[in-house]
This record gives sequence, C-alpha cells and structure tokens, in this order.
Amino acid sequence: MNAASLAELDRRPEGEHDAREPAVEIHDLTVAYHTQPVLWDVDLELPEGELIAIVGPNGAGKSTLLKTILGLIDPITGWVKICGASLRRRRSWIAYVPQRESVDWDFPTSALDVVTMGLYGTLGWFRRPRREHRELALDCLDKVGIRHLATRQISQLSGGQQQRVFLARALAQDARIYFMDEPFAGVDATTERAILELLQELRAEGRTVVAVHHDLQTVAEYFDHVVLLNMRLVAAGPMAATFTEENLQRTYGGRLTVLTQATEDLLRARAGDPRLQRGAGR
Amino acid sequence: MSPAVAVLVVGSCVAASCALIGCFLVLRQMALLGDAISHAVLPGIALAFLLSGSRDPFSMVLGAGLLGVVTVFLVELGTRTRRLQEDASIGVVFPALFSIGVILIARYAGQVDLDLECVLYGEIAYAPYDLFYWGERALGPRALWINGVILVLVGAFVTLFYKELKLTTFDAGLAAALGFAPVLVHYLLMGMLSITVVGAFESVGAILVVAMLVVPPATAYLLTERLGLMLGLSVAFGLAAAWLGYAVAGWLDASIAGAMAMVSGLLFAVVFVAAPRHGLLAKLLRQRRLGRGMAEQLLLLHVAGEDAGDGVPVPAGDAPADHLELVARRFAWPRRRLEAIARRLRQRGWLEQSADGRLVLTADGASALDRSGQATLRHPLAE
Amino acid sequence: MIELSFTARNVLLGATLLGVVGGVMGCFAFLRRQSLLGDALAHAALPGVCLGYLLTGAKTPLPLFLGALGAGLLGALTIVAIVRYSRLKEDTAIGMVLSVYFGVGIVLLTYIQKLPYGNQSGLDKFLFGQAATLMPRDLEVMSLLGLFVLATVALFYKELKLLAFDPDFGAASGLPMKRLELLLTVLLVTVVVVGLQTVGVILIVATLVTPAAAARQWTERLGVMILLSAALGGGAGALGALLSARIAKLPTGPVIVLVSSAVLVVSLLMAPRRGLLWAKLADRRMVRRIRRENLLRDLYVLGERAGGWATPTPWSALMGMRGHSGGQIDSVARSLRRDGLLERTGGGARLTGSGFDVARRIVRKHRLWELYLTRQLDLAADHVHRDADAMEHTLSDEAVAALEAKLGHPRVDPHGRPIPPLHGSTPSPPAAVAEAGAGAAS
Repeated sequence: MNAASLAELDRRPEGEHDAREPAVEIHDLTVAYHTQPVLWDVDLELPEGELIAIVGPNGAGKSTLLKTILGLIDPITGWVKICGASLRRRRSWIAYVPQRESVDWDFPTSALDVVTMGLYGTLGWFRRPRREHRELALDCLDKVGIRHLATRQISQLSGGQQQRVFLARALAQDARIYFMDEPFAGVDATTERAILELLQELRAEGRTVVAVHHDLQTVAEYFDHVVLLNMRLVAAGPMAATFTEENLQRTYGGRLTVLTQATEDLLRARAGDPRLQRGAGR
Repeated sequence: MSPAVAVLVVGSCVAASCALIGCFLVLRQMALLGDAISHAVLPGIALAFLLSGSRDPFSMVLGAGLLGVVTVFLVELGTRTRRLQEDASIGVVFPALFSIGVILIARYAGQVDLDLECVLYGEIAYAPYDLFYWGERALGPRALWINGVILVLVGAFVTLFYKELKLTTFDAGLAAALGFAPVLVHYLLMGMLSITVVGAFESVGAILVVAMLVVPPATAYLLTERLGLMLGLSVAFGLAAAWLGYAVAGWLDASIAGAMAMVSGLLFAVVFVAAPRHGLLAKLLRQRRLGRGMAEQLLLLHVAGEDAGDGVPVPAGDAPADHLELVARRFAWPRRRLEAIARRLRQRGWLEQSADGRLVLTADGASALDRSGQATLRHPLAE
Repeated sequence: MIELSFTARNVLLGATLLGVVGGVMGCFAFLRRQSLLGDALAHAALPGVCLGYLLTGAKTPLPLFLGALGAGLLGALTIVAIVRYSRLKEDTAIGMVLSVYFGVGIVLLTYIQKLPYGNQSGLDKFLFGQAATLMPRDLEVMSLLGLFVLATVALFYKELKLLAFDPDFGAASGLPMKRLELLLTVLLVTVVVVGLQTVGVILIVATLVTPAAAARQWTERLGVMILLSAALGGGAGALGALLSARIAKLPTGPVIVLVSSAVLVVSLLMAPRRGLLWAKLADRRMVRRIRRENLLRDLYVLGERAGGWATPTPWSALMGMRGHSGGQIDSVARSLRRDGLLERTGGGARLTGSGFDVARRIVRKHRLWELYLTRQLDLAADHVHRDADAMEHTLSDEAVAALEAKLGHPRVDPHGRPIPPLHGSTPSPPAAVAEAGAGAAS
C-alpha cells in the first residue's frame, strides 16, 4: 500500500472510532494471483453488528477477499479499512477462523493449546501464556460446548469439534469483527446449530461476523447481510433486498439452473412430495 | 583410447542414462527418492564387495539394485504406517542405510576397495586406468563397459516401456484402469534407477549423481511440454554438462564430477532465467504487460464509473489536491505510477483532461473498455 | 565410570551437543514437513565453508560459520525462488540445490586441496565428519552456537509453534511469520554448522529428523516432544560416541545415526498409543473376539434349527456355516471351552449354560439390528445379514436397549425367527435340558 495514504488513514489515534463508520470498508480492491485477476475492482462496505455472508461460486475469490482484508495477501490496487483505520491499527479488533483443512490436525497439541494461540497476538514477545490465559481459553472452550475436551489431542476430535476449537480460538481473541472461512463446512447438524447460536450471541453483543458461506440453502436463514461475489462484486446489502433470484443468477451464471433444480427438489421434499418421501418416515 | 576421450565417453554414458531416468523422477515428483536411492545403494555395493570378494560388476549391480528396491519399500512402509510423512520417511531411511554402508566399508576396509570420498564425489579421472579384463586381455576401461551396458539397458527400458511410463506418469489412475500395472512400472523404474545410480556411483559419486538425475531433466522441463522432446533435451543438457564440466575441471584443476554438477546448475540457471515460455524473464515481462493492461483497464473503469455518477467516497485526510490525487489515494498507488498510466491512455486517445483537470473517458475509451472488459473479465463460469 | 581419553571426551561432548540441538530443531522441520530441507541446507553449506576458508586461508570457526550460514541461506532462497518462479515442484528444487551446491563445494574443495597450503586444510573431514578431530576450541564454538539455537527456540517458542501449526492465523494475528520463517532457517543452518565436523554433511539430516520422528510417537504435546527429541538425540549422540570410542574402526557419525534409527524403529513399534505393535495386537484381539462370537452364534442358530440345544452340534455342521476349516473352529472352540462357554462331546460341541446366555445376547443384537435396517432404512431383508454380522460385535448394551425400545420390543426378526429375550428361562439353557433329559433316560 502507498505509504502516504496509509498515514492519512491512521491520522487518528488508536482506539478512536466513529460508530457510524462501517466495520469494513473496501475500495477499488483488485487482487491477482500471478497475472490472473481473482478480485476485480471491488468496492464494498460492511455494516457493524451484523452477521454477514460472503457468497459465490467456487473460485469466485471469497477466501481471497477474506485473506486480503486480513492482510495475508497484498492487493494490486485499492485499500481496506477496518472501523475507519488501517489493518495495522486494528489488528487487535479482528479475529480469524481459517478453513479447517488449512492445518495439520495431527499436530502434537491439545484443544486448549490451540485456543490459547488466539492470545499469542496480544501476549507480546517472550511472554508465555500463564494461568489466567489458560482460564480464559477454557472459558472459550466452554462457550462452544467442549470444555471437557480441553486436554484432548486435536486429531482425536471429530470434524465438528475441530471447528469448535477454531471458533473458541477466535473467541479468545475477543474481537470486534470475526472473519470466518467456511465455518459450517463439513460439520454435523448439532455443531451447525451450536455455531449458529454462537454467531447470534456475538451479534447480540454488538460484534460483527463476516463469514464465507457455501450453502445457499441456509444463507438467508443464518445471516442478515449478504455479499454476492464472483470476481467482481455482484451485489451487497441486507439479505431480503439482495438475496434475490436475479442477483443469484448474475452471481452463479449458467450454474444456477442446476442449483435451482436442487433447491426446488429440496423444497419439494420439504413440502411433502411423495416421490422424495420413500423410507424417510415410515 | 586416450584418457581424456575415455573420461568423456564414460561421463557421457552416465549423463545420458541419468538424464533419461531423471525425466520420470522429475515428472513423478520423486526427485528426492532418487536422492535417497543414490545414498542407500552404498551398503549394497559394500556387501557385493564382501560377498564376491571382487569388483565384479554383476554382483555390484545386483546388490545395488536390491538395496534400491529395499529403499523404496522402506520409504513406502514408513509412509504407510501413517506415523511419518513421506519427506520424513525418506529423511530417516536413507541416512540409516548409508550409515550401514559406511560402517561396512570402515570395518572391512581391507577387503573393500572403496574410498569413502570417492563414494561421495567419485573420481572419474581414474576411470581410464581401471581396465576390464577378460581372462588375460584388457578390454578397455571397466567404467566404460559398465556404464555403456547400463546406458543400453536404460535406453531399451525407456523405448520399450515408453507408452507405459508416459501413461503411469501422467495418469496413474487411467493407467491402472487400462491394465498397465502402475506399481509394476514404478518398481521397474526404481530398479532401473538403482542400476543407473550404481554405475554412476563410482565415476561421479552418490550426491553428484543426483545432480545428473535431477538438473538436466528439470532444465528440459522448462523448455517443452512434450515428453519425447523433454527426454531429448534432457540428454542434450546432460551431455553438455558433462563435456563443459570436464573442460572447467581441467581449467580449475578440480574435481571433474563436481564441475559437471556445477555446470549443469549453471545451464539450469540460464534456462531458468531465459526460457521462452516458462523462464523468469518471460514470466516477469508477461506479468508486467498484463499488470499494465490491468492497471489501464482499472483506471478507465474507475473514470467511467465516476462519469456514470457512482458515489465516490473520499478517503480520510485532507481534501485531495486534484483528481489524480484522489484516484491515487483510492487505488493506494504512488501518484507517479498513476500519472504514467494516465499519460499513456491520453496518448491513445482514450482519456482526456477536462478544463478543471478531471480525467474524462472519450468515446474511443468507452469502446476500448467494453472490449477489454469482455476480454479479461470473461466470466469464469460462462464458458 | 568409563575412563575416556581426551579425544573421546571431546567426541562425546560434541556428539551429545549436536544430538540435543538437532533433536530440538528437527521437531520443527518434521512438523512442517520440511525434513529434507535440512539435508539440502547441509549440502548447500559446503561451498560456503570452502569460500570462508579460501578468503581467510585458515580453518577458524567464525569465517567458516559465516560462509556456511550465507551459502545455506542462499540455498534456501534458491529453493523458494525455483518453486515460485518456475513450474518445478519443491522436491525437484531441493534435489537440484543440494546436488549443485554440493558440486560447487566439491570443486572448491578439490581446488583448495591442490593449493600449496590447502592439503592440510582438513576441510574434507566435513563430508563425513571426523569427530576425532574435534578440539576444545571447536567445542566452544559449537556450544555457543548450540546455546544460541536453544535460547532462541526458548524465547520464540510460542511463535515458532504457531508458525509450525497455523502460519496464516499467526499472520492474521499480526505476528511477522515471514521473518520467523527466516529465523527458523537460520537456526537450521546453525545446527548444520554444529554438526559438520561431528557427523558431516550427509548424515546431518538424520540427527534432525530421526530423533524428532521417534519423539513424536511418544507424546501428543509439542513441548514434551521437543524435550524428548533433544533427550533421544543427545542420548543417541552420547551412545554413538562411546561405541565408536570402544570399538575400533567404527566411525562416529554413522553409529550415531544407527543408534537413533534403532530408537525410531522401537518407537514406531512400541510407543504406547501410536505404536504399530499395539494396533496390530488390538486388531488381532478383535479378530479373535469376532471368531468366538461367531462360533457361539452359529451354535445357537444350529440348535434353534435342530429344535433344541441339548444334542451336541456336529463339527461338520459348524464347518458348513462359514466354510471354516476344522482346525480354525477347533482352536476357537478350545478357547471357548477354557472360559466355560462350550462343552465338547464326541464329534461335536454344545453350549454350556453361560455360553448359551452369551450366544443369546449376540443373536439378539444381530436380529434387532437386521430388523432396524429393514424397518428404518427400508433395506431388503435378504441384504441386511452382512451388516448385522459386523454390528453384532460392536453394539453396546445401551445401544441394544435403545434399539429395542425404538423398534417397540419386537419378537421376530425380518426372517421370521424369534428374537431371544435378554433374560428369562425360555427356551431353557441346553445344558440344563440335557442334564434333565439324561436324568430321565437313566
């Protein structure tokens, strides 16, 4: 990023924040992998205190958007502001839940230890986590309902439990904005419900959640605000006004026909179509 | 045969067989298995010495081939336990086998006529004086015979199994479905690799054989997409490394095998930088051109958006001095870069500057944006 | 206490130190799946060592160390550059760097040896290591470097852990992961330099990977793993040094590698939870149990077909059930008889009272599960036998009770055979019937 504009962004002292400013503000953001654009000229504002879904087909740049906001990828153009200031200033305001497959779960460490990693960023160099930090981490495990698994080695956890560990680690970061990459991917129904409750709790506390989400069936049900992305920003806004057939068509292109077919099937099944009911409730 | 010619011919044989086998190692992402085998054949060679009591080529090849297969088997065993990743499995297996070899040689130094340093970096310079006897008659350098036979074997293997090797390399699943037995091909390849390595061992040593195995194929891989051509180029680079290396070694009065490895590295460096499609320069140029195109497009897009009356939030800070300053801040680009791009676009007649210093899209610019937009931003899913 | 010569003492100290430091750093290489990076760095360091010697003309530790560090880092950078800017994969890049840098090193080495003063350089000892040439001054330098490595790991422990486990998360929490990665590479090169004289370029990789891989099998905690790996590495170093001091013509480096390899094999086989032997044993126990339960069930079912359990079931009928050989059935029957679940009578076998209870419970599980599959999952009755065969050995009593309640306490399975009750006297246990019958007859 241009040093001059960064300085402009950061003129105000740390911690000061105008409540009317959006949680995330993105301008003219273009990101390319080698020479292939992944995100093209994205302008976006995400409101504070809401559950926000980033939705789009595979390869649409959803994870890239998240990673760029978090400073893990450098954009070609554009900048990102978190609550009105640069990421550098707002590091301690954000938390991150990466995709579950992004780490080696056979790593020799316990669930509690992973959660404690959420505190490393604020702990400072050379300081070891102490008892109060472990207590805090235990509380976070409690919030996701797996305090009893604290000493378990992480490979001995189920997929849903591993996802909960990641969420607990983000909770330990005690952030204003939570960025989550596919938090519902590959988890069991119970965990899905627990995660949803957790997100709602976060919202009730006035925090913001920005999540990449892949399941179109549940987007409208789980989230308040949606960002439809396919390399370019297709639409963004409150769920009811934005999550429309037309916008989805523009996001998913030709694929949506397959998708709507699947959705219709599902709806028909829910409505009690006898063809899909065989063996379900006899 | 003069010594120099003998050294060159032996070096060429080694380089050619390594270059052929190496192509499949590089393509199958098994370069490090080649490294492992090249170390792990040492105990096989030492045992062959001890058991046969001579430097009988047949038992040597047999011992080394056996150990090569044992290495592959042990590495796979380690990975299959799911307690070790493949890298760790290789990293524990070959040092252990190599150590056994070193100890065998050290313990039975009297019986084993092997110099440990030769094991590492070979001494091809002695090759001409170590003659092969049939009864009483000397039939030329031993190394020449061994490596010549190996080259013939490797050449025959690659020719006969070309189709199988190609298919199992690029699509093991399909190969298995068509009944090509990828596992068998794999073990055959490993066996050939072991034989190649044992031949190369004496002349270039355990580690430099890795250079011969990996570097020329890697160099060739940056120049072509076709397997046949890659094999040819790989052999050419191997031979070039051998000959140039020999010259460099003579000039520096240093190890011939080391110089061959060094030259192969230099050849790779040249190709790495200058290869037409996959080279660094080509890549950077392409990236730069595309990056510039992307930047121009972005600026046009931005100006078009402003013209269309999109709300343009001004970043925090002082009011921008002029329009360019505003855009520069929004893009987080240095102003100089933006000016250069704007200048190019004005020269092309796609942008013009209005009286109040604002950038405005011309009609040409609008249609260019339309065209380019469709070109770069072809919908990834609409195809 | 063993008396040690001056040389042997130096070797012992050097080998132990290297083992400890290599063990610690090896853990990070192992967990980051970069085990062979250490190998590449060790080989890449050789030209640096030679250059250091060429520039200063003496084998003083500092220039050699700086040379190795520079060349090692350059090697690491080359690997990164090849992977990033070409279509070659990491394994090829590692193979190229280690062999080409080594080749350059050999060229320099042979060049140096032909210089007028070069023959005494002793640089060639770095290839295989020559622990016997370790001098107290070398040990001082090695100790300093080792201390530097250990202190750095201790200071940055939590950051390095995060780097190994989840670097993206670390970067998102604002930690400079790229710089930590560089630090890790510097530490690895430092270990390489520590090990050059003791085990040599080629075997350094084993002092890194082997103790770490062994330690990993014993624990699920990174801290413990590092300590254990250090202990294993140090122990292997010490033992290797002692062995090679006691036994003639036994080079130090290879012996150290073999000692730690042996420790690794033992660990892979015997470590409490991850040991392969235990897994094998558990498998075998499971197979044994399944065979026993199958025989009990077969006896029950055959008795049921025959209309009672009083008469012994002949071997031939048992063999017909699963196509098992007489020998197989015989060995299972013997173990059941030892536990008092089965009686053998001429040419056949018969369930005892307790054997009958056990068999009845297994049959119950089997038939309940068959019923569940047909009723709840709509599977055809002739398809469920196999699944039930597998489930009858694993269903717990609680699960069976829940299953029964869910199915509404059924009495017959999908094939129309009765589902035996858990308790109760009907049908009466065969032994009792048999005894009663025998009593009546006499």
